[in-house]
Parts: sequence; C-alpha cells; structure tokens
Amino acid sequence: MAKYMLLIYGDEQRWENLSAQESAEIDAGHVAFQKRAGDRILASGQLEASSTATTLRAGDADSPAVTDGPFLETKEVLGGFYLLEAADLDEAVALSRELAEVRHQHSGVEIKPLVQHG
Amino acid sequence: MSDPRDADTDADALGVRAAVAAAHRAHWAGVLAATVRITRDLDTAEECVQDAYTQALRTWASSGIPDHPHAWLRTVAGNRARDLLRRESVWRRAMPLLVEEATATAPDPQDMDEPPAVADDTLRLIFTCCHPALSREARVALTLRLVCGLSTAEVARAFLVQESTMAARITRAKKKIAAARIPYRVPTAADLPERVSAVCDVVHLVFTTGSNAPVGEALIREDLVASAVGLARTLHRLLPVAEPAGLLALLLLIDARRATRTTEAGHPVLLEDQDRSWWDREMIAEGIDLLTQALRSGPPTRYAVQAAIAAVHAEALTFEATDWMEIVSLYDVLLRLWPSPVVELNRAVAVGMRDGPQAGLDALDRLAAEPALATYRYLSAARADFLRRLGAWPEAVTAYEEALLLTDNESERAFLTMRLAEVRRSRDA
Repeated sequence: MAKYMLLIYGDEQRWENLSAQESAEIDAGHVAFQKRAGDRILASGQLEASSTATTLRAGDADSPAVTDGPFLETKEVLGGFYLLEAADLDEAVALSRELAEVRHQHSGVEIKPLVQHG
Repeated sequence: MSDPRDADTDADALGVRAAVAAAHRAHWAGVLAATVRITRDLDTAEECVQDAYTQALRTWASSGIPDHPHAWLRTVAGNRARDLLRRESVWRRAMPLLVEEATATAPDPQDMDEPPAVADDTLRLIFTCCHPALSREARVALTLRLVCGLSTAEVARAFLVQESTMAARITRAKKKIAAARIPYRVPTAADLPERVSAVCDVVHLVFTTGSNAPVGEALIREDLVASAVGLARTLHRLLPVAEPAGLLALLLLIDARRATRTTEAGHPVLLEDQDRSWWDREMIAEGIDLLTQALRSGPPTRYAVQAAIAAVHAEALTFEATDWMEIVSLYDVLLRLWPSPVVELNRAVAVGMRDGPQAGLDALDRLAAEPALATYRYLSAARADFLRRLGAWPEAVTAYEEALLLTDNESERAFLTMRLAEVRRSRDA
C-alpha cells in the first residue's frame, strides 16, 4: 500500500460564491468519496480562506519573518485535502473521480504520492 | 588464400548476429515485460535483458541458435534478474517497486513459453508506458525505448533532441512510475476502452511523427514508421477490439503509399502526382480487410473513419477517379467523432476537390480565424495550391511565401520554393 495526498485546488472566489446546486454537488461528492474510501482515509480537512493564512519565511535577521497571507498568492488555492492509503495510482484516481471538484471547471484534485521510507 | 573453414565461421558469425538482431526486433518487449515481473523495477530489468542479448551473441556462436530464442532469452534474463535480486536485496528494500496484481506470481521457467502469459506481460508493459498519468512526450519516449527496444540515442534522434535530454526524460518518467505507483498491469474492463485509446494515441503519434517529420531533412522517418506499424500489429494481435484494428488499417493504408510519397531526392510528391502502380497492393488489401473487421465489430472509431478515407484514395485507380463526394462525407463523420481544426482543414481541401478551387478557398477562408490554424503550415500551403489552380498568381505568391515561413522541414521547404518560383514566373509573364 502507498500513501497519497489528495490536494483539492480551486478558484477561491468561486468557492465563496457557490450556487446552492454546486454546493450540494460538492457535499454529495465528499459523502460518496468517504463512503467508498472508508478507512483508507487516514486524515482529511477543509481549509479556511487564504485570508486567514499566516506564512513564516526567512527574514532579514536570523529569525524567520511572520507575514499575513498564503505562501503563494494565486487565484487558485488549496481548499482541502485527504491523506489516502491506496494500492496504486489507479485506485487513488478512481476514488478521486467521486469528488465533484474534478467536474467543476475552476477546480481540480492533485494526487501526490508520499515518499515511502524503507 | 583463405581457409574455407574461416569462411564458414564468418558465415556462422553473421548468421548469429542476424539471429540476435531478429530476436531483438521480435522479442525485446516480451522478454523485458517478463523480466520486469521478476525485478519489479524497469531499470534493473532493462539491464538484465541487455545482458541476455549480449550473452546470446557469445553462446549462440558456440552452441548454436536455440529452437526457441524467445524462451532462451527469457530464461537467461530471468536468471540474471534472480541473481541480482539475491545480491542486492538489502539495497532494494529502500526503493519503491512496481505494483502488480495481488494474484500475480513470477512465471515458472517451465511455462515460460505459454502464449497467454507472454501476451499479458507485453500488454502490461505497453499499458504502463502509455499510462495517462505520464505526459504524452514521456509515453512516446518510454514506449519506443521499452516496448520497441530503441536505444535512448535512437529515440533522441527520432525527436531531434539531445541524447542527454531524452535520457533525462526517460529517467523522470520511470521515477514517476515507481514513486506514484503506476501499476504494472492490464487495466480492468471498465477502464480498458479509455486506456486502449491512450495507447492508440501514442502509436498514432509515433507514426505521424515518422511519416510527416515536422523538422529535419527527411519527410519520412522510416525507423519511426516501422516502430509504429510494429506496435499497432502487436496491439491488434493482443487486443482484438475495434480501435487497434482501425488504427492498424489506417497505418497500413497510408504506409502502402510510402514508396511514392517522396522523390529519390526525398522531396514530397503530391497525392495527385504519385505513381499509383507503385502502391503496395498487399498492404492495401490487408488494410481494407482490417477496416472491414473494425467496422463490423462496433460503432466506427476515429481511426476506422480515417482508414476509410485512406481506403477511398487507395481504391481510386487515378487521382481523377477519386470519389471526393465520399471523402467529404467521411470527413463529416470524422468531425462528429473527433472535432479538430486539422480535420476541418482536410475537409475544406476535399470540398475544393469536389466543387472546384473557389469553393475550396471559401471553405478555407472560413477556417482562417481559427487560432489553432493561424500558424498551421498546411493551411497556407492549401490556400496557395487553390490560388495556383485558379491562376490568381499574385495571391498565390503571397500564400506560398507565407507557407514557407511556417515550415521547418527541409524537403517541404524545397517543394514550396519550387512552387513559389513557378507562380512567380506565371505572375511576371
């Protein structure tokens, strides 16, 4: 078995102004995904808006600078994630198809394998 | 004076080299695919198979060419792989291995000749190389390297990139297969149609790159054409469904014209100027047979319709006898199955052939606004040709000049330059 991070990206403005129908589709997608993936989901979460993010990075002196906002200022943001255990990429892809975010034009799911330490 | 026994030995050595080369062409993919199941790592498997072919050169020279070269190579590569695994077991524990079906077991040396196992192994290799999670470039490179057995240098030459660039591309793709755990298996029935399409796309791309080289000196790259036809044959043999049958039909029907598509100097010859008596009638017959099979086994695929268009050309005894009415209606079907600006362009050219150059120009002008075609070399070339047929010399000169700006293929440039000179002379006359 391998571990994959499913990163759900999308246009933050669009997510903040969802129609009732889109919102229902997204909810239904997550319910279907969680039902099908079951205990293969090791962790998951929905993230607050980028405006709530805080970033630390190397500052002028030795101590890192703390700044308001996300690491990368982009229109598409990370909105949520699943940490998933799956036999292989095909299984991770098949499960991800349940998510409505992969069918909406402005959003998508990135599947990234975790490094397997011997 | 030479010793006659030396001549015999030379002949034997030549025979062995030829036998190994033939085994390389015929069995590389099957031997590699079986060895990957033992090593579960593409690099190690490649090394073992390479070693097996090297050993074949030596062993076959002393003890004769085996009755079943394929089984011999599989056994030697497999033994080499098991040796390596024993020695490197500690190191291997740290690397990600290819994922197989839970039920799969490495084949026993005894049943290595069993055809279904061989077929499955080869298909596994093809589907892994053409997995949609790899970039299209990577799929093509991996397929040529691992399935067709081309060296990295040969693959690099085919796509006119530096060998180091191609080596890096192949290494990256293999690393992704291992790290992201792209499985080494034949897809499930539910995924099969989509995955077969992805494989056909790679084979078709190899063929079109080979038969209309976008850059370089030659128009036709025979190495790529041969690889593509070989792959399509393998695919059709192993997967008797409609799409590979249509694809193989298409490749054969186009490749049947290969001898007449260029002059001895390598310049392109237009369809209307090709000497049809040199078209390969055997290939055409096989292509039409396959096309009939493909159309009988289900709704038409994109490749079957393209093959049907090629078949109309193949069956016309002269250019003038071409059934353009039929070709235009086949393009209409193709546009519904596979809408693309390039198909629109080909349809417009066919309309011009059916209704005359002015109708062709009108159809092309409607496409000129299409961004994907704005800088497409064949749009300007097609306009230039219709303008030439109309005798609109100044406009034809401009169109040929434009077409010349857009192509990097030397033999196409030579052809367009010749046409440009012709229309300039007519304009100035």
